[in-house]
Amino acid sequence: MIPATLTAPLVLAADPLLDGPIGPGIVGIVLIKVVLAFTLLLVSVMLMIWFERKLVADMHNRIGPAEAGPFGILQTLADGIKLFFKEDLVPDRADRMVFKLAPYLSLVPAFLVFAIVPIGGDFSGDGTVTWFGETTYLQVADPPVGVLFFLALSSIAVYGVMLAGWASGSKYPLLGSVRASAQMISYEAALGLAIATVFLTSGSLSTHEIVARQVSGSWNVLATGVVPFLVFLLAGTAELNRPPFDLVEAEQELVGGFHTEYSSLRFSLFFLAEFMNVITMSAIAVTLFLGGPAGPILTDTLGWVWPLFWFSSKVFVFLFCFVWLRATLPRLRYDQLMDLGWKVLIPVALGWFLLIATMNVADDLGWPVVPVVLAGVAVLVAGAALLAGAIEKARGDALAELTDEGAKG
Amino acid sequence: MDAAVFLISAAIVLAGAGGVLVARSPVHAALFLVQTLFGVSVLFVLQDATFLAAIQVIVYAGAVVILFLFVIMLLGVDRFEDLGVEPIVGQRPVAALIGASLLGMLLIALLVSVDEPTGAHGANAALGDAADNTRRLGEALFTDYVFAVELTAILLTIAVIGAVVLARKVRGPLAPLPVVVVASATIEDPEAGDGPTDTTDGHAAGEDT
Repeated sequence: MIPATLTAPLVLAADPLLDGPIGPGIVGIVLIKVVLAFTLLLVSVMLMIWFERKLVADMHNRIGPAEAGPFGILQTLADGIKLFFKEDLVPDRADRMVFKLAPYLSLVPAFLVFAIVPIGGDFSGDGTVTWFGETTYLQVADPPVGVLFFLALSSIAVYGVMLAGWASGSKYPLLGSVRASAQMISYEAALGLAIATVFLTSGSLSTHEIVARQVSGSWNVLATGVVPFLVFLLAGTAELNRPPFDLVEAEQELVGGFHTEYSSLRFSLFFLAEFMNVITMSAIAVTLFLGGPAGPILTDTLGWVWPLFWFSSKVFVFLFCFVWLRATLPRLRYDQLMDLGWKVLIPVALGWFLLIATMNVADDLGWPVVPVVLAGVAVLVAGAALLAGAIEKARGDALAELTDEGAKG
Repeated sequence: MDAAVFLISAAIVLAGAGGVLVARSPVHAALFLVQTLFGVSVLFVLQDATFLAAIQVIVYAGAVVILFLFVIMLLGVDRFEDLGVEPIVGQRPVAALIGASLLGMLLIALLVSVDEPTGAHGANAALGDAADNTRRLGEALFTDYVFAVELTAILLTIAVIGAVVLARKVRGPLAPLPVVVVASATIEDPEAGDGPTDTTDGHAAGEDT
């Protein structure tokens, strides 16, 4: 390890590229990576919107977008241009400054998360690619606190939704934004606990390192025992406000939710951020649990294409599933959503985290594995029974109170 | 480079702090507070304390200020305030006096001991590699300071339990007021979630979906 203070004053990028003296060539490569990541994300958002509409249409037995371009693939572009030229309204009762700020608070975190995702690189070696004679990671930045950076940005994204609803100065957006922020904050806890299990098995926070560990060992989805992966998927879907957790914009109840008052370009920013978050969440899931760009490299020539291919295929599976969920599942009720988050996902994630931690300690101290696991499971089952009893008691009390009220009234 | 980053983020921190003071709307004040927290987090990065930087954003910006905003919005105090009124008489001159004397103390401390402003040699140097500081913090917290960590955990648990006990409804002879229970949560709503949800299509495209 080279002391970070000697090479780069800002340590948010531990890339072999930045180890030596920094010349114009290296600055150029960094710029290329930034622009590539930016365009890649924008183009994939465009395709994702088209793909979602087409796939949902297929599942509904409709045709879907068909006019613009072959298979309607340019529909998103046409919609974007249309939105761009629509009238830009700011409601009278809006808090103008915050109203204008909110869409950017949604969009910028969505963009930034993608910077820490390794989208390629030959991880059978050290996960690097060589461009113009310089060795580098195929990700914009590899901060030593990588995944915490993701969590930080997803907690910033809450501001966009919350302030948009508040600043609109009308009641439906406010209700929608209170719902949304409560939902996002609740599920962030489960999300964080699921990710913490990955930290335990990988022993690192850096995304590059996490992928490298998965290549040398087994993928985290197996190494952490599947449960954190499922918790991550559910919590991630809720964090994205995707169906079946899209109460935020339940149009029967809330008109459009937090973005009811937004039009034109500002609305399109929210829209963009939403789909961008779907893509980055899938990319993060692939990175954390499914080995990122890892996979067999089948040819010698153009070997760098294969990791990219594996990465995109894995992300694509997730994107397909998100659309599939939307087309098939009805929306949850608000209390079901909160019950699932607080009474199921958080306890399960926490219990699993403790179990994995116990196994790590047992491994370190050379304790026999089987009795330790059995004892750990016994403790967890006892805890679960207590929790279930407490929930049952609370529900019984609430019901008794209701019937009392009914008898009196 | 370091100096430039320091100056810019210090300016951001100070501007945010000033904004908290002069903003007339509580929501704006909370947002300026977020700005200050971000600036501080950049300063942490500058000191190679990347873990602290991330935690600063996650805990303070992501949880604490969000809670502030929740309270501000739900209590309905989110209107513009008249700063001309002084709620506690004589508060402002006293605050100015205390602020000035704190500044004076800081300046004296800095001027008297130029080389070691914190009184300890080398306290401003990084403890190790930036990639390393999560591990170092973890080791320190769970070896040397494990007792303090556990005590803090107990304190937080007590706070949570206390809040629940205070907020929960008392039933029986001691019940202070008749409690109105909103029954909607337990009534099945047959309409909820029926049919395909066409959020995106409806908003973005309209006619051809």
